[in-house]
Amino acid sequence: MKTDTDLIRRTRAGKARQGIEEAPFVRWLLIGVSLLFVLAFLLLPLVNVFAQAFSKGVLPYWKALVDPDTVSAIKLTLLVAAISVPLNTLFGVAAAWAIAKFNFRGKALLNSLLDLPFSVSPVVAGLMFVILFGLQGFFGAWLDEHNLRIIFAVPGIVIATVFITFPFVARELVPVMQAAGSDQEQAALTLGANGWQTFWHVTLPSAKWGLLYGVILCNARAMGEFGAVSVVSGHITGQTDTMPLRVEKLYQEYNATAAFTVASLLALLALLTLGIKTYLEWKQEREYARAQRVPSGLRT
Amino acid sequence: MGYTLFYLSAIVLIPIAALFLRVLEKVTWEDFWRLATTARALAAYKLTFGASFVAALVNAVFGTILAWVLVRYRFPCKRLIDALVDFPFALPTAVAGLTLANLFAGNGWLGRYLVPLGIQGAFTPLGVAIALTFVGMPFVVRSLQPVLEGMEREVEEAAATLGAGRFRTFCGIIAPTLLPTILTGFAQAFARAVGEYGSVIFIAGNKPFESEIAPLLIVIRLEEYDYAGAMALAVVLLVISFALLITINLLERWASHFQH
Repeated sequence: MKTDTDLIRRTRAGKARQGIEEAPFVRWLLIGVSLLFVLAFLLLPLVNVFAQAFSKGVLPYWKALVDPDTVSAIKLTLLVAAISVPLNTLFGVAAAWAIAKFNFRGKALLNSLLDLPFSVSPVVAGLMFVILFGLQGFFGAWLDEHNLRIIFAVPGIVIATVFITFPFVARELVPVMQAAGSDQEQAALTLGANGWQTFWHVTLPSAKWGLLYGVILCNARAMGEFGAVSVVSGHITGQTDTMPLRVEKLYQEYNATAAFTVASLLALLALLTLGIKTYLEWKQEREYARAQRVPSGLRT
Repeated sequence: MGYTLFYLSAIVLIPIAALFLRVLEKVTWEDFWRLATTARALAAYKLTFGASFVAALVNAVFGTILAWVLVRYRFPCKRLIDALVDFPFALPTAVAGLTLANLFAGNGWLGRYLVPLGIQGAFTPLGVAIALTFVGMPFVVRSLQPVLEGMEREVEEAAATLGAGRFRTFCGIIAPTLLPTILTGFAQAFARAVGEYGSVIFIAGNKPFESEIAPLLIVIRLEEYDYAGAMALAVVLLVISFALLITINLLERWASHFQH
């Protein structure tokens, strides 16, 4: 009688363990499927970029790299990123500050407007700026009179990039700033700090990792944007070709090795971005853990 | 605050308003209808939405498995794979299209084995779906991970003690909790895929009526100086993106109800 209930209890316990864990067979099947998916869709494309770039050896790689048109594309890409990233960083901080720390009417609307550039097709974004600044556009005639060129020139590329990368910094900062709350700011204000001091010494330091993360994502997208830039650039070799556009042009000229050479630089940028991102996450985790420990240390 | 609003309207709102204004000013309603529904445009919409749907569906299935594995199990290289999931966000789309086209072409690493089997990945509508799957991959995984981490295992334990098998627990308890989040990720991947341009044009072959997506048709109209045609297509895509944005917001709200 007693052994019977024990047996029943044991089978029940076994069943319960089965109930919250999958059978090893299912577990390894799921892991296998995931690894295969990641291998085919993520790792293989990445390795392929470098394999193709170096397929003819190091010398052709180097030759493709120092091609004057490629060099000018690299310079233009760096210039565009150097202008658009700081602009959007400034905006992102202001917008995130407004959304996270204050209450005002239309806040929900502002919050969803921030996401708008994410959902607009890059090609449509490019077209909008052609309509504004192109010869047929609203300001076209006026710009032409004053001999200013925006479309098919560098300013157009910068504006299109700013539009596309607009949400990144704000998107990363809002949750970080919201999580920090506004208690510390209020404490600083009561201690006599003015608005700016509070912002510089309290708000910004507490959100610095989120800010840095947003900036590198913004930078990666700014350097890699293709669709919107392609519409407004005019594709003038050596003048308005950014690195992604240069990749396309070389590919269309059936110069695959050179196309992959430029692509390998962009892939390197992507890897660097992921590396910094992973490092920042790790750093944030550690800082959080330390912050959790300190109070108990003080108490003892 | 004032700066935020000024910058927002200068960079985002005015250009969008300009597009709609121009269309109202230059294109009559009949013309708009004719331009937005030419046979070529209809073929392009069909491909864009069909391929985006397939890509988002593939991502919903594999993304769910991947998120589950990353949260629940321990296995080698887990951190590396977790970091790699964001790769499609970080990689410029032109590079993605270039390398995928090369992989699936007849002499590529994957095409070498797939093409003899009759699977033409490059320069076909299938290629469009492949590229769109790549660019939309992180959405489902990234929206699902925090939900899975925050899920209380006690509920699963309770179900198990009450005699439910693992499969039944999954169908009855886990799946309904995750479904709104999976749908959110699906909608995000779909929205991204509909507007995608860079990666697709490398791999699609871009034949009219066959492998030409709607954003590419806008670019072609623009190159023909057919501004009315380009704007009509752009308005259609823009209205659809707005609708998707609203859908995603509603889905997110629904999903957050489930978590609290």
